[in-house]
Amino acid sequence: MSLDINITVIDREGMEHEFAVPTDMNLNLMEVCKGYDLPVAGTCGGMAMCASCQVYILTEAHFGARNEDEQAMLDEAYFVQENSRLGCQIPITADLDGLKVKIAPEEL
Amino acid sequence: MIKTDIIIIGAGPVGLFAVFEAGLMKLRCHLIDAIPQPGGQLSEIYPKKPIYDIPGYPTVLAGELVDKLMEQAAPFKPGFTLGERANSIEKQADGSFVVTTSKGTQHHAPVVMIAGGLGSFEPRKPLISNIADFEEKGVRYIVKDPDQFEGKDMVISGGGDSALDWAIYFAEKGSFVHLVHRSDRYRAHKDSVARAQELAAAGKIELHTYAEVKELNGDGDLTSVVIHAKEGNRTVNTNLWFPLFGLSPKLGPIGDWGLEIEKNAIVVDTFDYQTNRPGVFAIGDVNTYPGKLKLILCGFHEATLAVQTAYKIINPNKKFTLKYTTVQGVQGFEDKQPKEAVKS
Repeated sequence: MSLDINITVIDREGMEHEFAVPTDMNLNLMEVCKGYDLPVAGTCGGMAMCASCQVYILTEAHFGARNEDEQAMLDEAYFVQENSRLGCQIPITADLDGLKVKIAPEEL
Repeated sequence: MIKTDIIIIGAGPVGLFAVFEAGLMKLRCHLIDAIPQPGGQLSEIYPKKPIYDIPGYPTVLAGELVDKLMEQAAPFKPGFTLGERANSIEKQADGSFVVTTSKGTQHHAPVVMIAGGLGSFEPRKPLISNIADFEEKGVRYIVKDPDQFEGKDMVISGGGDSALDWAIYFAEKGSFVHLVHRSDRYRAHKDSVARAQELAAAGKIELHTYAEVKELNGDGDLTSVVIHAKEGNRTVNTNLWFPLFGLSPKLGPIGDWGLEIEKNAIVVDTFDYQTNRPGVFAIGDVNTYPGKLKLILCGFHEATLAVQTAYKIINPNKKFTLKYTTVQGVQGFEDKQPKEAVKS
């Protein structure tokens, strides 16, 4: 049985995009953004080895804990804030219903 | 002017395999890549990660796959222009092309194959307002020709393999190295971290943790950097700072080559992976077409088909019959192609 959750992504221009995302497709947030043509590069393909999918988590309930690889990458990334996460390290699960994130600025 | 049959832009897995397939058809290749070593993102981003979807290899490390592809291409003696970005392409009166790099190196061939992956890797530059003033005047984003820096004291920033490996390299060559990192966790390989700590204990490296280079000073050339850390700011006199925060890909100048671009990728015809400019092909992650999958596996297929049409462009009056390597073996080229051919 598929259960969709609602996710809101704010792009770099401040536009809000709301999606119904399935939880049974083994997706992560980086893939969701790319799937909807949002400007998330996902350069390394989801290995937490670049920071091109960095997002700021705006809903406190969904802060979650950074994993070790993710933390190490964020230690070297730019524009990192307390609520920074790498989208590729956030699996889409039912408890993320209502998640709101903002895409971090692009590194030049 | 370097002359060859096929100029391949991008020395990643697909570009390297194109050398092999072209070689089977007796076509010579010369590769251009912005980073100083072959392998593209496999070498640059994930050399120690396993790949599971290469036919015949249940698992292979990305770095190993690059080594194997280099070995496979070796009989066909490809030329390399590394550490230079392909900047411009000019069509000649006879339909051939001249590709010029960021350092002005010119390459001439009847066929150009863009195997540029995600684009050319550009260094991730720290956000310091006057950093551009010191580029090549003490600030270097890539270590090229390390001999010239051996024994010199320096500051290196970063926590990945590149930062740690170079810090160790120079410390072992007699340099005193300040290694500055924003945390005390390093992304680099465990062995490298252990070695750096040994060198720190021996007084050859100073590890600055939870620290960041925030200011650059100098009159013309770099003379000092200011390291901001929890315990306060510290000025370190140095003429050399390597911010090694990895590289990120940009499509770059290829975007202005008059090629049809869709979503940051080059549109090709799936018959032979030719672009809208006859004689210019795009293979691997850099191209797009209906049903495109960005997989190394698919890039190998694209390279194989692309060289068939390349052969017809280069040898308009010859017909090529497919020969199996199992029957024919692999006949490499005896001689290295002349690097500096006589000007035409």
